[in-house]
Amino acid sequence: MRVLAIDTSNLVLSVAIVDEERVLAEMTTNQQKNHSIRLMDCIAELMDATGTTPEQLSGLGVAKGPGSYTGVRIGVATAKSMAWSLNLPAVGVSSLQVVAMNAVGFPGLIVPLFDARRGQVYSGAYRTEGMESVILQEKEQIILLQDWLPLLREQAKGDPILFLGEDVSLHRQAIAEGLREQARFATPAHNHPRAAHIGYLALRQLQDGGNPHELVPEYLQLAEAEAKWLAQKQEGSAKE
Amino acid sequence: MNKTYTSRYEMRVQQAYETHKQSGEPTYILGIETSCDETSASVVRDGKEVLSNVIASQADIHKRFGGVVPEVASRRHVENITLTIEEALEVAGKTLDDIHAIAVTYGPGLVGALLVGVAAAKAISLARGIPLIGVHHIAGHIYANRLVEEMNFPLIALVVSGGHTELVWMKEHGHFEILGETRDDAAGEAYDKVARALQMPYPGGPHIDRLAHEGVPNVPLPRSWLEPGSYDFSFSGLKSAVLNTLHNAAQRGESIEPANLAASFQDSVTEVLVEKTLRAVREHGAKQVLLAGGVAANRGLRERLQNRCQTEGIPLVIPPFTLCTDNAAMIAAAGFIKYEKGQFAALDLNGVPGLSLSDH
Repeated sequence: MRVLAIDTSNLVLSVAIVDEERVLAEMTTNQQKNHSIRLMDCIAELMDATGTTPEQLSGLGVAKGPGSYTGVRIGVATAKSMAWSLNLPAVGVSSLQVVAMNAVGFPGLIVPLFDARRGQVYSGAYRTEGMESVILQEKEQIILLQDWLPLLREQAKGDPILFLGEDVSLHRQAIAEGLREQARFATPAHNHPRAAHIGYLALRQLQDGGNPHELVPEYLQLAEAEAKWLAQKQEGSAKE
Repeated sequence: MNKTYTSRYEMRVQQAYETHKQSGEPTYILGIETSCDETSASVVRDGKEVLSNVIASQADIHKRFGGVVPEVASRRHVENITLTIEEALEVAGKTLDDIHAIAVTYGPGLVGALLVGVAAAKAISLARGIPLIGVHHIAGHIYANRLVEEMNFPLIALVVSGGHTELVWMKEHGHFEILGETRDDAAGEAYDKVARALQMPYPGGPHIDRLAHEGVPNVPLPRSWLEPGSYDFSFSGLKSAVLNTLHNAAQRGESIEPANLAASFQDSVTEVLVEKTLRAVREHGAKQVLLAGGVAANRGLRERLQNRCQTEGIPLVIPPFTLCTDNAAMIAAAGFIKYEKGQFAALDLNGVPGLSLSDH
């Protein structure tokens, strides 16, 4: 099975082509350049470099979020459209889990996070499962960092807690103050998502298929206008 | 990234184009449009014949917000995009094997919304080696007319919608020169704002149009001709005049018949639109007038333009309602002109929210 894997959900752009045995090619840039402009040329280049024709692909995997709304949509729209047009399955993988995979094997809690502004983060907590995957311990959510740290301490049961992601540097001080010596930080090489990880997470799911029409982003929150409208509606029904 | 080699994709696309050109077979173009709140896909033959035109409208979703919310629109587009394209092919009785090019709107519009259509078009183009064409949304609106009647150059196109008010001169296929455009609100936007002041639901344009037909235009409102010779438009002063009229009447404890106010507003908008169009026709020696855009569905505008064109003896084309509002058939129709000239987009095609028609 040859899988094309894509991540455009945050500032990093990463594309890989993998099969069961090896990573055929991977390209990752962290230049904050426009994903819409660069993604397709990047895919075309990797396919040519590996001698992969579209017909040789068996499926697609994409980072489905959370992250930049527009970035997530570029990746998901690209993956589902390519897959649909080739009659192939496509699956989405959590953008947080992809980063967590950078620390597979770590003996403790693995916490990938992306900044979500106003003191909030997109985050989830994982533990390693052998050397093949990480499994979710505390569900992915958008949460105030100050509320998240006590939850992590409880979940860690005294184990070290490793923070991963390009935005960790923004919150490093608050994390260190909140968790003291229990907090761990990695080198920058562990912080960016690598599409090869998406490829292998996707390979597991693709065994069971994956309808491209049903592939949608996971934003972890409603659009602001929708949230306000729902709140008003609930307020209205509470008064009745 | 500076490309130093010709990709397999580029060779494949070029070969497909040459093979088809030599065959002399009809051209089937898949159109994709996601610039605002309609997810649309269509198959059009030779730029003229609509085989399918599927429109997944989000109007009911945005109604509750009182206008189109860009983030909500973009989310729906990504959910609907492949289903909409699949349906367009099914209705047309075609598969991607039959498609010679994919034409997609790349601007102007809401950037997040545009990007979904552009990403999907590029992805299918790469996966299947089908040539890619970037289309300007307004060029699409104008080419909706070619799905009804052949164009006769030189011509003048009046484009009026919720986001656009433009007077365009075309001397031949693919040539667009903007003679005038709005300096503030688009005509459709002014309709929606006036409708809101009259407490009508969004989108208010059709309500004003209906109400105007029940009233008489007896409320004095300004005509915004701007400086002599200008083909530009301005509707925000007129909108303010309507709001002031309502406000002053309320302060005096009087009431204004909404139907008369709607009729007076409509009279002012359509008079300026129609007279500027006819002046452009005379000054440019046009042989045909095209009406395009969502406001082309407005009965008051259609009637006035029809009457004046008849008096002046100039042929007028107005597309049916489904081709006036945003749709992908018009994008495929405009894309056909570029296909004939071999003007294809590269894989770095981007959504351009402020795309100019002259750059098209």
